[in-house]
Amino acid sequence: MTTPPRLSLRTKLNVATRLFAIQGSWNYETLLGNGVGFCIEPALRGLPGGCDGPAYREALARQSRYFNAHPYLAAVAVGALARAEHDREPAERIERFRTALCGPLGSVGDRLVWAGWLPLCSLLALAVFGVGGGPLLVVGGFLLLYNAGHIALRLWALETGWRNGLRVAPALGAPVLRHGPEHVARAAALVAGIAIPLALSRVIGPGRTLLGVELVAVVAGAVLLARLHGRVEGWRLALGILAAFVLFSVLRNG
Amino acid sequence: MILLDLLPIAILGGLLGLDVVSFPQAMLSRPLVAATLAGVLVGHPLHGLVAGVVLELIALETLPFGASRYPEWGSASVVGGALAAGFGDGPPGALVVAVLGALAVAWAGGWTMFVVRRINASWARRSREGLEAGSYRTVAGLQLAGLTIDLARGALLTGGALLVLAPLLHAVVSLWSVDPRISRGVVVGVSATVAAGAAWKIFHTTRGARWYFLGGAAIGLAVIGMLE
Repeated sequence: MTTPPRLSLRTKLNVATRLFAIQGSWNYETLLGNGVGFCIEPALRGLPGGCDGPAYREALARQSRYFNAHPYLAAVAVGALARAEHDREPAERIERFRTALCGPLGSVGDRLVWAGWLPLCSLLALAVFGVGGGPLLVVGGFLLLYNAGHIALRLWALETGWRNGLRVAPALGAPVLRHGPEHVARAAALVAGIAIPLALSRVIGPGRTLLGVELVAVVAGAVLLARLHGRVEGWRLALGILAAFVLFSVLRNG
Repeated sequence: MILLDLLPIAILGGLLGLDVVSFPQAMLSRPLVAATLAGVLVGHPLHGLVAGVVLELIALETLPFGASRYPEWGSASVVGGALAAGFGDGPPGALVVAVLGALAVAWAGGWTMFVVRRINASWARRSREGLEAGSYRTVAGLQLAGLTIDLARGALLTGGALLVLAPLLHAVVSLWSVDPRISRGVVVGVSATVAAGAAWKIFHTTRGARWYFLGGAAIGLAVIGMLE
């Protein structure tokens, strides 16, 4: 592997900061494309000819086209594509590589973050609430824990992309990406089992009879929802049941 | 609710609505956080937190995958937290109507996100020439416009929803007839059901996850026994 060209600390910080706004103009046609162009731009200023040179303009135009990936792991693409532009790789090769990155960066990120790390942190916070945690502990603990993982992932992704350029594929086989989602999912399942009854118990308050009835109803309802295999969205069901309950309570009064 | 009270909550709704997708996706928009912050603004953080917990249980089901359409929990949870905290201590049914209001706003918020994404697409189409020429002004302009419209979306949604829902839900609470404990039991029972269903949906393909879940439930019940 060749040593990557040097990027100044200021440029790296500039790119890293912009990554937080990578979805700022997300839309149904170019998806993340414009965001990738926006994030990669500071790194393109070092291309021959500088900011207004043809190399800069061609690269920025190329990088602002359609792109799709998980927003955190898109940092891998930003780093790798910036490096490819600096290495003066042929345009067709960069475009092929760009297209090939979309799928893996989307699916790995979705499994690791949206279906793993986020529910795990959220359930841990619910468990802390369930054992009596106050607003500061619950909210502060959640934000610190979640964002420790979030920011570390974005920075690792950017650095890995820049270090490896077009040869980034083997780095995507890193243990944390390959086995991480499964371990995180198991931990989240364990914490879900702990957190749901605890949170339920704290909201309804002391008294075993009501809690017992609630737990039986929750298990029965969850089994029903699982058997429906996603044909009914839970939040819509909740909206319907609560609207009916409100109506019942108000009409009973009249 | 007078406009001066409404303004900081609407701004918070805008900022946390922005966090859902556009910037910085640090999960400040999760119901736990957003509803508690709204509770802080209204002066009852714990009421905001309780509403946030109930909404978080429901939101566990939502996986914000790329182009899919999903409820917008950031602004909605600010509305839910502000309503719950606004009722203060006491009135039975307050938590139920606050959560119901938040769910309705989450639904509307999902639609407003869809509209914003379409507007962004039309702006990108109109800027094609600049983008193809590699103009940084065009790229940054689109990004700034997208962030601005999303911020405005969240603020208007939050402010508008509170203006409409606050008096309506106060009227509903004044007519409430069900026992307060049963009311809380229904709302948290429904949300815990959605959460348990979501846990199954997310984790059932992972080997051994159901046993971890059952083991966790045993631990949870033992802790409840110890706490009582």
